[in-house]
Amino acid sequence: MTKKRGRGMASVNYPTGMNLGGDPSQALIHATTTGSFIVTLSSVDLGQGLKTVMAQICAETLGVSTENVIIDTADTDTGPHCMGTFASRGTHRIGNAIIMAAKEAKSVLLEVAAEELEVDAGDLETDGAGNIRVKGSPQKSIAILNVALAAHFKHGRTISGRGIFLQPRSYPEPETGKMTPATCYAHACTVAEVEVDTETGEVQVLSLKSAYEVGRALNPRMVEQQIIGGAWMGLSHALYETTEPYYPNRAHGPTDFNQYLMPGPGDLPEFSNVIIERPAGDGPFGAKGVGEMTANSPIPAIANAIFDAVGVRVDSLPITPEKVLRGIQALAHDPEKWTPVFRKDHAQTEDAARH
Amino acid sequence: MTKVPVQFTLNGREQNEFVDSGSTLLAALRDKLGLYGTKAGCHQGTCGACTVIIDGSPQLSCLTLAERCAGKSVTTLEGLTGNGALHPLQQAFMEGFAAQCGFCTPGMILAAKSLLDRNPSPSRDDVIDAISGNICRCTGYDPIINAILTAAEQLRGARKSA
Repeated sequence: MTKKRGRGMASVNYPTGMNLGGDPSQALIHATTTGSFIVTLSSVDLGQGLKTVMAQICAETLGVSTENVIIDTADTDTGPHCMGTFASRGTHRIGNAIIMAAKEAKSVLLEVAAEELEVDAGDLETDGAGNIRVKGSPQKSIAILNVALAAHFKHGRTISGRGIFLQPRSYPEPETGKMTPATCYAHACTVAEVEVDTETGEVQVLSLKSAYEVGRALNPRMVEQQIIGGAWMGLSHALYETTEPYYPNRAHGPTDFNQYLMPGPGDLPEFSNVIIERPAGDGPFGAKGVGEMTANSPIPAIANAIFDAVGVRVDSLPITPEKVLRGIQALAHDPEKWTPVFRKDHAQTEDAARH
Repeated sequence: MTKVPVQFTLNGREQNEFVDSGSTLLAALRDKLGLYGTKAGCHQGTCGACTVIIDGSPQLSCLTLAERCAGKSVTTLEGLTGNGALHPLQQAFMEGFAAQCGFCTPGMILAAKSLLDRNPSPSRDDVIDAISGNICRCTGYDPIINAILTAAEQLRGARKSA
């Protein structure tokens, strides 16, 4: 028995959003009587951290603290329209919509403050701590709470804003096929190190080291966590997950969490990540989408590392011990002629199921 | 359905309930007592989301009959927050970005608490062993393991200074 080590790499260019029948998202913002800002969205936070990042974007644009921003992802029946949180589009599309809405709300906020302070709105700025002050004369200021009260009860104004980001539908040019299906692209590269047991065909991933160019990491800790979670999912696609049986009888297929295997806490490689920032011109504060792509590059990187370790090229997922062993045996049988290992067992199973 | 009286300790307080005979502790906690911190995942003992602590050891409440808890002490996630303050494990999970969708979090925290109650100085492998019955599909486990080790360190520090 020998354990052989190998190293492989893979890169990915990943689009932010996708070419739908037009790709829009909307945001509506209004201030309460106490000067909190409610951002109404139909977008959903399913654990990716949308609420946190949207609060950051809104707070930054308005010039208030994130504690004064409430992200309400209410209801897709009653909220402003959103295409959804998929295709790594949330931060970019919804973030841009919030910036637009927050700018409009801020202009009303400053107009009301200007009335109260008896100055020109153009001379005002927010201080990030809940006040509006005259530029260069910070002692002349008013609390946003008082501006909100004045707007509601004295001036009859709604401190509110509407925002939308729309990426129009792109049709391919008939001559060239050229099109613009997405907005900015994020980039990443992963290097995988594996150890392959030549007796059992088992693959252990020792490390996944990645570099991500994400435009701007609006919340670096959450970006890093997205990368780690995604790398784990990539590892899972590469080596574990299948609804098909590993052996040529569908009855052996997985029926529950005990059998539909994914890597557990004991199967983790060492994760190491570098985040590179080159702000995108069309992104909110330069951010690109860093969602789905995090599961992509680990997969070919692991396949390449296995090839580097034992010379076996497996071209179907998951790369099970059986496939690796078949490849090792084929190589031993005819080392001169390299043959890709197809999933013969899989083809037979589908055949059997049909008859 | 036959109702059975059950007397047990829940999060430090005596609890008297009539439960359906043959119903699970999970059903009693969620449907009867409204304690939704205990998550109902697979209902067959494979995901760990419904983990609670019974007499010091982590147990799957979806496989535990409520009537078998008579005379025992049950701790759920709700029992961890005294005086509104977060438990060091909860604090470490929050600060270490160890929760994403959050569905596995209560089970993870209780599996971890049970470990730290038994072994205040766990190794990384001890932590992996303790949460190996709990499935997470978001985080890649790494931040969870790190958060548990961080909480262990903080609890040891708190014990020393006390």
